Amino acid sequence: MKINKYILLGLTQSTLTHIFLLSVALTCLFPIFWMVRCAFMTNETVFVDKALIPHVLNFGNFAVAWTKGNFGMYFLNSVIYTAGVVSGLVLIASLAAFAFSRLKFPGKDFIFYMFVAAMMIPLPGSFVALVVLMNKLHLINTRAGYILCMINVGLAMSILLLKTFFDRIPRDLDDAARIDGCGRLGIWWHVALPLARPAIAVIVVFNSLIVWNEYILATLLLSEPQLMPLQRGLMVFQGANSTDYPVLMAGLTMAALPVILIYMVMQKHIVKVLASGEVAV
Amino acid sequence: MLARARAAVVAQGNLTSFLFVLPALVIFAVFYVYPFLNMVFLSFHEWRGIGPLHFIGLQNYQEIVGDRLWWNSMAHAGYITLIALTFQNALAFGLALACDREIRMKRFYRLVFFIPPVLSEVVVGLMGNWILNPGLQNGQHIGLLNHLLYSSGFPQLVNNWLGDPRTALTTIAIVHSWKGFGWGFIMLLVGLQTIDKQLYEAARVDGASAWKAFVHITVPMMLPVILVVMILTILGSMQVFVLILSMVNEGLVNHTDVPATYILTSMIGNGRFGYACAQAVIFGVILVGVSFIMKRMSDWVKRI
Repeated sequence: MKINKYILLGLTQSTLTHIFLLSVALTCLFPIFWMVRCAFMTNETVFVDKALIPHVLNFGNFAVAWTKGNFGMYFLNSVIYTAGVVSGLVLIASLAAFAFSRLKFPGKDFIFYMFVAAMMIPLPGSFVALVVLMNKLHLINTRAGYILCMINVGLAMSILLLKTFFDRIPRDLDDAARIDGCGRLGIWWHVALPLARPAIAVIVVFNSLIVWNEYILATLLLSEPQLMPLQRGLMVFQGANSTDYPVLMAGLTMAALPVILIYMVMQKHIVKVLASGEVAV
Repeated sequence: MLARARAAVVAQGNLTSFLFVLPALVIFAVFYVYPFLNMVFLSFHEWRGIGPLHFIGLQNYQEIVGDRLWWNSMAHAGYITLIALTFQNALAFGLALACDREIRMKRFYRLVFFIPPVLSEVVVGLMGNWILNPGLQNGQHIGLLNHLLYSSGFPQLVNNWLGDPRTALTTIAIVHSWKGFGWGFIMLLVGLQTIDKQLYEAARVDGASAWKAFVHITVPMMLPVILVVMILTILGSMQVFVLILSMVNEGLVNHTDVPATYILTSMIGNGRFGYACAQAVIFGVILVGVSFIMKRMSDWVKRI
């Protein structure tokens, strides 16, 4: 009898736990499902039809969003910015991190701690100063200006991450490469970079998410529609007269889906960094 | 002769080494250090973005001290932060505790709880805006939330959630918590998994109840992680603003503005760059102060 009681207790406990976890999981997923669902509706039904699977399905919203809503252009811009920032970042940060880890030059420690400090100090409202700067440099409404600003956003964190990784690579490998005739640049390219692939993966994933999701600098620095990324485009579309909700939902889905897919594929890397507490977005 | 040649080689080597850091250093100097210094410099001036600078000393700072709307926006951010610290973190901790055991679908939960944090604030804000839509069409509620409230027998709860000054800020705070709890969840779960399970075993043998084990083992062991999560929650919640821009846009400004939106208004809306810079400096000092105090607390906790 006593054993039965314990089994019963354990069962209720695990059932309650699952109910709790499942209900939270449902609140996470349902709004996203609702967004995708509404992307397949028509302007007439979207306000009134509340069935889980809409009675009238409309597959044309994505095409309308892509062409007439300009989301195709915005999407392409987002891809350009993300690729530009991430490749620039990996190149610049890995060169610097390699120097901090392996090379000697005057002022090394001072410069390194400046980057560390930059990561610790929150700079709210830094967008004001950036707008002033970009105006001065005539980089307002240029792709290069926005990409440089966003490289700066991820720079300190990427250098720190790569430096700790480079520090763990045995020096014997450097010596072996040197005997084979590699210079400093050769060691960076042939030894350090290939071995740092896990750290680079983390940097790529994280900064892709940051750039893809960035809104405020894109708004302040890019006012020409041809240059706007997706997040900005969504707000422009939403702000324009009477919103076409199914098309807006299609646009939102386009902005959200790549991010969710990348996250699902790279989940292991993301969780690892989060757990280390080294990154805060 | 030899010494001088060696010195020349070393110097040249230093120079090449320095070239490795140069691109990072230039970007950092131009896009971080200079704007930072320039922001402090501009905060002592009256400037409209173009034209001449007028040095006015501490007048901008004096104005902030007496600016009721500024402190109002600070209070709004504080309110959102308070809800994030309590509701959001309690939820994250509860979920982490529930997942820290042999349980089925653990990986599914871990995967799902972190989906909202990877979405952008614009996507979450516009999605929330649509679900919270207050409108009516042919006697039907357009927004999903109002529809669900109405059809499940709570028509008296139907509300214009983002348009009603009494509920707007709380609604924003809850959406913010929805987007953010996954962060705390993951960090707390990893923290829980580092606790040696034998401690619980020993406590159980000694006759301690589950509650006692929680209070005397889990909480003290987790305090450092909890403090880190709290610091990140405070910094993240005080600075939330794109979410607010995308949820309420221009409406209800005096009920939902936060320091960051206020700085934006000072700069773009009123064209007062100097004042906006002074606000940014004050806000930065407050945030650094808060995180410094929290850091001190976590060092103190680690020592005992």
